[in-house]
Amino acid sequence: MRRTNRIIPTYTGDVSGACSALFELGGMVVIHDPSGCNSTYNTHDETRWYDHDSLIFITGLTERDAILGNDDKLVDDVVEAARQLRPRFIALCNSPIPFISGTDFAAICRLVERACGIPCFYVRTNGMHDYVTGAGNAWVALARRFVRPGARCEGTANILGATPLDLGVAGSEVPLRAFVGEAGFHTLSCWAMGSTLDDLSRAAEAQVSLVISASGLSVARWLYEQAGIPYVVGFPVAGFAPMLADSLRRAARTGRCLWPATVGHGGPGEVCCAFVGEPVLSASLAAAAEREMGLAARVVCPLEVPDELVGAVDRCVEGEEGVEEALRGVRTVVADELYAPIVGEGVRHVALPHQAFSGRNGWRTAVDPTTLDIRKLLA
Amino acid sequence: MLRRLGPSAVRAGETSSPALFASRLEFNPPAHGTWNIVHIGMLVPQAHQIYVCALNCMRGVVLTAAEMGAQDRFSCVVLHEEDITRGTVEQVTLEGIRDVLRKLPELPPCVIVFPVCTHLFLGVPMGRVYRQLEEEFPRVDFVRAWMDPISKRRMIPDKRLRKVMYDPLRPCDPDEGLVVHLGSDHALADDCDLRGLLAAGGMRLRSIHDCATYDEYRGLAHAGTFVSTYPNGSYGAQACAERLGRRHLYLPGSFSYDEIEAQERQVCSELGLPVPDFATRRASCDKALADAREAVGDTPLAVDALAHPRPLGLARLLLEHGFDVREVYLDAVNPEEEDELSWMRTHAPEVELSATVLPDLRVAPRVREREMLAIGQRAAWFTGTSHFVNIVQGGSLWGFAGVREMARLVAEAAGCERDARDLIVRKGLGCESCI
Repeated sequence: MRRTNRIIPTYTGDVSGACSALFELGGMVVIHDPSGCNSTYNTHDETRWYDHDSLIFITGLTERDAILGNDDKLVDDVVEAARQLRPRFIALCNSPIPFISGTDFAAICRLVERACGIPCFYVRTNGMHDYVTGAGNAWVALARRFVRPGARCEGTANILGATPLDLGVAGSEVPLRAFVGEAGFHTLSCWAMGSTLDDLSRAAEAQVSLVISASGLSVARWLYEQAGIPYVVGFPVAGFAPMLADSLRRAARTGRCLWPATVGHGGPGEVCCAFVGEPVLSASLAAAAEREMGLAARVVCPLEVPDELVGAVDRCVEGEEGVEEALRGVRTVVADELYAPIVGEGVRHVALPHQAFSGRNGWRTAVDPTTLDIRKLLA
Repeated sequence: MLRRLGPSAVRAGETSSPALFASRLEFNPPAHGTWNIVHIGMLVPQAHQIYVCALNCMRGVVLTAAEMGAQDRFSCVVLHEEDITRGTVEQVTLEGIRDVLRKLPELPPCVIVFPVCTHLFLGVPMGRVYRQLEEEFPRVDFVRAWMDPISKRRMIPDKRLRKVMYDPLRPCDPDEGLVVHLGSDHALADDCDLRGLLAAGGMRLRSIHDCATYDEYRGLAHAGTFVSTYPNGSYGAQACAERLGRRHLYLPGSFSYDEIEAQERQVCSELGLPVPDFATRRASCDKALADAREAVGDTPLAVDALAHPRPLGLARLLLEHGFDVREVYLDAVNPEEEDELSWMRTHAPEVELSATVLPDLRVAPRVREREMLAIGQRAAWFTGTSHFVNIVQGGSLWGFAGVREMARLVAEAAGCERDARDLIVRKGLGCESCI
């Protein structure tokens, strides 16, 4: 049964994904939840919590209020906190019980905004999807409120999809900016590490977007649809970065979206290596393995991602059983350390920590993915 | 000069009732040493835990197990949105648990199942699920736990688990020489008064912490007397004692000499034990506290409610022995401490009583004019000190020995610096931590 995990963990959920996406932007995120969502997020999914005072709260929903619909308390509590703390925006997130009871978040956002004058928007979550969906929905909701139309700024780019959930190590956005610079672009906004809300509000002026994780795809599509900004999907790992830089320049020139990582692997030959996890980084590593080492590789993606991120030989899977099936026949598996119990006997397991999977268990061995070199990784 | 207080703190002298703070939005300070339901469930030897919930709710518990290095005793069943819209939550719950059990290398003797708020709100008939499971797996004890934090007014999951985890203890002949301590995360210290009192009368004290196997754990049912010392554990201990027809003594950890003496006299009276010399015990505590006071000097102190269920009693003890207690962190007053609050109103009106989860505290300055000494992880975080007693939920303290040990820990904290950033973020103090 694909719903069960006998021994491996689950990925970060959508609410945590939304919180992580909005963490650095000076807003206030309120999760309408009894308990748990906040401690889960800040304990396991947020590397910045101890040092940075981001305003992320739960409402402490009670059984009685959930049944009787005491929305006034929710509004009053949010408004009171907003008046005390003066955030740039307020984002409300849903959780399973208000989802079941059908809480009208759009209306609550209007009431809050009217009462305190601070932009308030709803991030579509319910605790039942993974962080890719939550972060993606958060950034699209933010973009709808804050991204302003503007004249195209030649030679500029957005970086989309940066959270510690995928980057793991603090400061990983700096080498990403350097890569974009070497490709010939100035980074206008990085969604959402190391940029301000004001930086993000200028995203529609960029010439091209670089989507470095699946979380960034939704807002990339939004920018493409709303402002015609083409996007390129890939992560600049050694061996693949030159191809990605070429794609960025080509997309800027032609206005066409490109998926060099997704189409850059899956060539002829029997698949002998599998990369398990976030599909953009995994596909970029697979492309590097194929280009640099001639290895036929497959991405095994246990996350909810759209088809455009899945290559011809890749597998989108569900649960522990799905991953086990997709790994059959491969000789090398590159995956987080906590996948070890389900990597088959005699199969080589190359551990690559992923914050969105193993949380704090991988902190001590975390690597900045921008430093990954496929030859060293598979040596 | 008195510090200016924010909206989430009040001076003891200004309180008018035990309801100190209204319910508002909450944040979560990064001090995680207290045990959660995963840690507590792991106390049952050889038990396997299965959680059935949505992805976001699963994350905290599944990684708790991973951080303990206990993934092999934890499994999960993930609920999807369509289970709610199509009404298949019951079916997925049953099939998921069944699937996990079939995939385990060996069938465990005990499975602790945690359905969640979703099951509660959808009215999923968990009784029917358990009946079906018990038919299919007759050699397994299914423990009926919940992870339903929304049920705040009825029974919090922690308290319920401390009851149901003892449901597998079955009626049997009592051993009047055996006393079993239930409901606490930590075993009582080796030198704790209770062990000494019982030993003096030829009796033994055991707890779940002494049991390596499920059979040993089931053997706790032979106790002639059950005792509990942790407030959230008393309900379960009482229920277990009633079910098995045994005596139960609730002896909450305390810092009041009078209360401790009364508890120890009660133990001696109920169990027919020799009464010790309490004057000597009181004097030994005074001596330990005087030594600690000398080690601490005039350093101001902060105490938090997660360090011990009696933070006001602890503050009072320290104040009465000349310590400069300035801050107490607590979100609510333990009903057992209303007299202590009343005492502080009169005798220590300037002490700050501060919440720990209210929104303005997220951005409150975490530095003091001079470094403080904190008792508890949250107090350490809020005051930004590296001198702190790293203890949660009362640790192993009890009785006069507990007072002496607390005094020793305070003196020790005064003389050593600890890395709060490394220590207090670790979950489940006392459990293995792989991070």
